[in-house]
Amino acid sequence: MSEAGAGNIDLTRPKIIGTSVKRVEDPRLLTGHGRFTDDVKLRGTLHVAFVRSDHAHARIDAIDTSAAAEMPGVVGVYSAAELDQMTSPVFATSKMKDYHATPVRALASGKARFAGEPVVAVVAESRYLAEDALALVDIDYAPLEALVDPELACDENAVKLYDDLPGNVLVSRSFGMGEAEAVLAAAPQTVSGRFRFHRKSPTALEPRAYLADYDQGSRALTLYASTQVPGIIRDCLVDVLDMPGSKLRVIAGDVGGGFGGKASLNPEEILVCALARHLGRPVKWTADRMEDLLSTSQSFDEIVDAELAVGEDGRFLALKADILGDVGAFSIYPWTAALEPMQVAGFLPGPYKIENFQANVRAVATNKAPMGPYRGVGRPISAFVLERLIDMAAKKIGMDPAEIRRRNFVREDEFPHKIGSGIVWDRSGFLDCLEQVIERADYDGLRRHRESARAEGRWFGIGLASYAELTGIGSRLSAAPGMPINTGTESATIQVDSSGAVTAHFGIASHGQGLETTLAQIVAEEMGVRLEDVEVVQGDTAAVAHSTGTYASRSAVIAGGAGTLTARTLRSKVIEAASHLLEADVKDIDFAESLISVRGTNKTMSLRELARAVYSQMGSLPAEVRAKVDLQASEFYDPHFGTTTCATHLAAVEVDPETYKVTIHTFVVSEDCGRVINPLIVDGQVHGGVAQGIGAALFEEVVYDETGQNISASLVDYVVPSAAEVPPMTVHHLDALAPSTLGGYRGMGEGGTIGAPAAIANALSDALGHLDVEISELPMTPERLFRVVEAAQAQKGE
Amino acid sequence: MSGKHRLQLRVNGVAHDREVEPRLLLSDFLRDELDLTGTHVGCEHGVCGACTVLLNGDSVRSCLCLAIQAEGSEVTTVEGLGSVDQLNSLQEKFREHHALQCGFCTPGMLMTATDLLSKNKQMSDEELREGLSGNLCRCTGYEHIVSAVRAAFADKGGDGS
Ligand code: FES
Ligand code: FES
Repeated sequence: MSEAGAGNIDLTRPKIIGTSVKRVEDPRLLTGHGRFTDDVKLRGTLHVAFVRSDHAHARIDAIDTSAAAEMPGVVGVYSAAELDQMTSPVFATSKMKDYHATPVRALASGKARFAGEPVVAVVAESRYLAEDALALVDIDYAPLEALVDPELACDENAVKLYDDLPGNVLVSRSFGMGEAEAVLAAAPQTVSGRFRFHRKSPTALEPRAYLADYDQGSRALTLYASTQVPGIIRDCLVDVLDMPGSKLRVIAGDVGGGFGGKASLNPEEILVCALARHLGRPVKWTADRMEDLLSTSQSFDEIVDAELAVGEDGRFLALKADILGDVGAFSIYPWTAALEPMQVAGFLPGPYKIENFQANVRAVATNKAPMGPYRGVGRPISAFVLERLIDMAAKKIGMDPAEIRRRNFVREDEFPHKIGSGIVWDRSGFLDCLEQVIERADYDGLRRHRESARAEGRWFGIGLASYAELTGIGSRLSAAPGMPINTGTESATIQVDSSGAVTAHFGIASHGQGLETTLAQIVAEEMGVRLEDVEVVQGDTAAVAHSTGTYASRSAVIAGGAGTLTARTLRSKVIEAASHLLEADVKDIDFAESLISVRGTNKTMSLRELARAVYSQMGSLPAEVRAKVDLQASEFYDPHFGTTTCATHLAAVEVDPETYKVTIHTFVVSEDCGRVINPLIVDGQVHGGVAQGIGAALFEEVVYDETGQNISASLVDYVVPSAAEVPPMTVHHLDALAPSTLGGYRGMGEGGTIGAPAAIANALSDALGHLDVEISELPMTPERLFRVVEAAQAQKGE
Repeated sequence: MSGKHRLQLRVNGVAHDREVEPRLLLSDFLRDELDLTGTHVGCEHGVCGACTVLLNGDSVRSCLCLAIQAEGSEVTTVEGLGSVDQLNSLQEKFREHHALQCGFCTPGMLMTATDLLSKNKQMSDEELREGLSGNLCRCTGYEHIVSAVRAAFADKGGDGS
């Protein structure tokens, strides 16, 4: 055994949590040795290409696959006739009243409901050959009227997407608190508007990809998938394919971004599994970008009619909103069609006290790709609507936008606070974030800059947006309203193996968040080992008994909590074993940086030595001690309700009056995510979120024409911002008191996307204030901006 | 079926002599024939830049090239930079500055940045952003990528190279 200095070194020991340690993931990803789904090459793999519906809405009368099937290299051609035999449909059920579930199937059965829906699958020896055969598949469609306008789709006489449902409205709910209608009617001042946030695509850089491998000997299926939710997919496929979970494993290796677009069950996932089992060979499908833009779940697409009542003192008195969500062709599994529009309503009151609130929500099916979760889920729309109304109100009563917010925030002594939709905020720095942004962005300086810019006739504006969100949601709430599956718990299993190596198993599925690093930081610090000695296993259903994945800003809070508890349990086992092996009292054992020592002596032991003694050197420990100190532990964590994360964003923009190009002059974020595990990673998450928020505000829109064709299915038409469009930005963190979650963490992966569109919409409205322009539609492309300004000028001229 | 063509080229310093279909894309050749899966494919239509490699020292989009167009060329992919145990200085800067999250855009970013570093003495942030604007990243918001490449330029200046 080695010798080392002993004594109490706790205070001088370097902290791992809170440090920007370099990421564990990076060396492989920087050298081309990551393992994304399409990088997995299995011998004998067959490749799938899909014939996708070129109609938005059509009856499928006949399918002739015979010519395609005869092409050299083609192994099989399949339609719903075969797939419906091999699989059963999936329904996203809900506890919600007045909700109608719709089936999710591998291939369109009887009818195609959006342009891009998979209808026929060609399986061939290579992707090139599979694609060659597509042209030979003959499908006889009887076109039906395409429903593109969500308001028309609600009409009871509209053509129906599902003949067995009463209509196209899949969800209809009303809820609130107080007397919103009456207060609005009697209010001294009201502001209102119709707000439109168009459809968006998550557009992870890695297109979706799936590879199913069926082992005939063991009758076991492994699905390699670019998914955020391997656990949810596994638990669902068990029923779809009628296989035990022990024979079905889902592995999400390296995943090239998700943002919600890889958080649902997709038809192609079902298909590759069913065909791999049927053919006894590995079956792979990798989307190209066009397929991804056509068929990956999309988001937003809401029309919100909202009205806010304010007193002369700037206090918010009542808020009312009618929300119509266009949820596309089916109710997505497991989140349901209620997800996005219900969240818009749920979070609409924001971080403010508004005693009277009323929301009416409808989700309507149309002939578009399905709506699914996307970074922020609903809240980017809530923030856009409310923050716009607030600025309109401030203008109306002649108050500064910062001051009106200050007057209405839930205050320090008012937490926990229940807002009108029933959501409860726990203590979070609502006001502090605003004050920090005002100070750090030099709000007064910016206002002076604005005045001088305006004096020169330039269109310069400043916009603020504050929001709050629930993160790390525990088992008492559902991550999606009414969804029956539990997403509120996580477990961790950590073991010290017989070589002394530490492996920590989690159920989450990192796809850019760096969770292999942050969870290792937590385990290392809580257990007492060096960071480099912790191996994190995640993104694999074989790792833990139950898991769901990474979404809804939950992983750091819930998996971090499970890791903390488990590391603590295992630490005490190590210390107990050591006290026997080193013949010292438990209280005198120190365990830090992977070294076990007896305080005040020079007796030390490595983890490897301890593991060998426990596992291999029989007689080194009394039998009853050996039974107790098995070197593994497993614990659950459930934060019950979760916690509140908040931020204020400030944007300053300038509009070019000639080209209507928008330049972002300043972007500053102040946020409260509780205790920071890794500052660089947190900043990176905010930057990325803001960049997507900028895309949502100014560039990105999925456009369907009146026949239901998606005319934005390339990266030329669907504009993702590049380094030239995204401005430099600064992010500040509150050093606030940690919330009640274990470890004091709040979730923070989505927030950037929630605040940025609202802040930019407010900044644009401010820049165009002299023209009486109020921005009520996003994305505000140069063309839209031009039209809005033109309309405002025409009205002024009248 | 189209006949196969002989293709001779060097990739990361290694000579290859293969028979390929004329329609085979360079990106697919690298990924499927040579198993160099570090070159990623994000769009297959020339916009995202994930598939960027160096062809005789110039950055090109390998999804827009046929493999046979690389006949007689020297191709450098991300696997030709540093290794897991010994990152090169640009890769090291990416790691230090947290310039990657999911890592899908990273190989293309590194190849474009390598090209910029080899052809420019200095670049302002604005020029850098312009220079990187053909490579999309959906995760980082570019802030840390710009700092990493800026730092790589500073280092280069320091070396006097
Ligand atoms: S894959 Fe080549 S540019 Fe996108
Ligand atoms: S790191 Fe994910 S796309 Fe750039």
